[in-house]
Amino acid sequence: MAGHKHPSYLKIYIILVVLFSISVAGPEIAPVFGAFAKPIVLITAFGIAIWKAYLVCAYFMHLKFEKIYAPYILLACFSLLIVFFFGTATDAMFANGHNWVKPQSEEAATEEAKARSHVLHAEHGDSHEGDHGEAGHGDADHDEANHEEGDDSHDSDEHN
Amino acid sequence: MSHQIIATSRSRTGIPTGRLAVWWVIGSEILIFGGLIASYLLNRFNHGPSWSVEAANTNTFIGACNTFWLLTSSLFVVFAHAASEKRDAKKTRMWIWLTIMLGGFFMGFKFYEYTTEILHGFTITTSNFWSFYYTATGLHGFHVLCGMVIMAIIAECDIKKGQNWHRVENIGLYWHFVDIIWIFLFPLMYIAK
Repeated sequence: MAGHKHPSYLKIYIILVVLFSISVAGPEIAPVFGAFAKPIVLITAFGIAIWKAYLVCAYFMHLKFEKIYAPYILLACFSLLIVFFFGTATDAMFANGHNWVKPQSEEAATEEAKARSHVLHAEHGDSHEGDHGEAGHGDADHDEANHEEGDDSHDSDEHN
Repeated sequence: MSHQIIATSRSRTGIPTGRLAVWWVIGSEILIFGGLIASYLLNRFNHGPSWSVEAANTNTFIGACNTFWLLTSSLFVVFAHAASEKRDAKKTRMWIWLTIMLGGFFMGFKFYEYTTEILHGFTITTSNFWSFYYTATGLHGFHVLCGMVIMAIIAECDIKKGQNWHRVENIGLYWHFVDIIWIFLFPLMYIAK
C-alpha cells in the first residue's frame, strides 16, 4: 500500500495513549458521578476500546486505504460472530427454559467467590491487595460472616 | 490434459496474495477470539455478581502495562513498515527488533502475573471466570510469542539479505490484530470489576 500518503503515526499513537489513560482512569473517577458510575465505567472501558480498535484498524493496519475486499472479509467473519452470539444467547442468558433449569445458584457462587478472595487476603495478611487490583476494595462490601465460611469453601469449591 | 499452475503475486482482488492471505488469517482469528469473547460476555451477563468478585482479583497495573507495551509495539511495527517501503534494511531491522523487545516485555509481565495468581490459588480450575481468563489470555500470549518468532525470522532471514520486503507489512498486520485483541481483553478482564 505504498500508493497512499501515510498518516502521522505518532499522532495516532498519542491519541491511542490518551484514550488508554482515560480507560484506566475511568473506574477510579466513576464513583464521583454517583448513580452514573456504572455507565461511565462501561463507556470509558468498552466505548474507548472500540474507538482504539478503529484507530488501529484504520490507520496502523491501513484498512482505510486497503481495497474494499479486505473490509468485506473481516465484516463477513464478524457477521458470523454476531449470528453465533445471538443464536446462543437465547439459551445462555436464561436460568431456565421450557424443559430445563440450570441447577447452580448465583447467590451461592457469589458468596463462594467473596469467601475465596477474603480467605486469600487473610492468608497473605492483605499484603497483595495493591498487587491484585481492587480485590481489597471488594472486601469492603464483605460481611464478616464470609470470613468464617471461607475456611470451609476455599479448597473444595469448584463452582459456576 | 495437464494444467500448469502459475502463482502470481497479485490476486484478482488487487491485493497481493500474501497480504490477502493475512487478511483471511485475521478473519479466522476474529472467529476464534470473538467466539471466546462472546462466550465470556454471555457468562458475564448471566453471572454478573460472582464474576465481578472474581475479576476484582486481577492485577490492573500489570494489565495496563501490557496494554502500553502492545500499543507502543504497534507504533514500532508501522515504523518498520515505513522503513521497509524505503528499502532501508538497517532501520527496518531495528524497528522489528524493538517490537520483539516490547513483545518480550509483555510476555515477561504475563509470566509474573500468572505466577502470582497461581501462587495465590487462582488457577484455571478455580472457577469459570478463571478458566476464561487463562484460556483467553493464554491463547493471546501464544499469538504474541508466534508473532515475535516470525518477526525475528523475517528480520534475520529476509530483511538482512534485502529480500521479501512485503513480509514486514504482512507480519505488521498480524501484530496489529494481536494488539486489537488485547484492547478488548484488557477492559473485560481488568477494568470491568
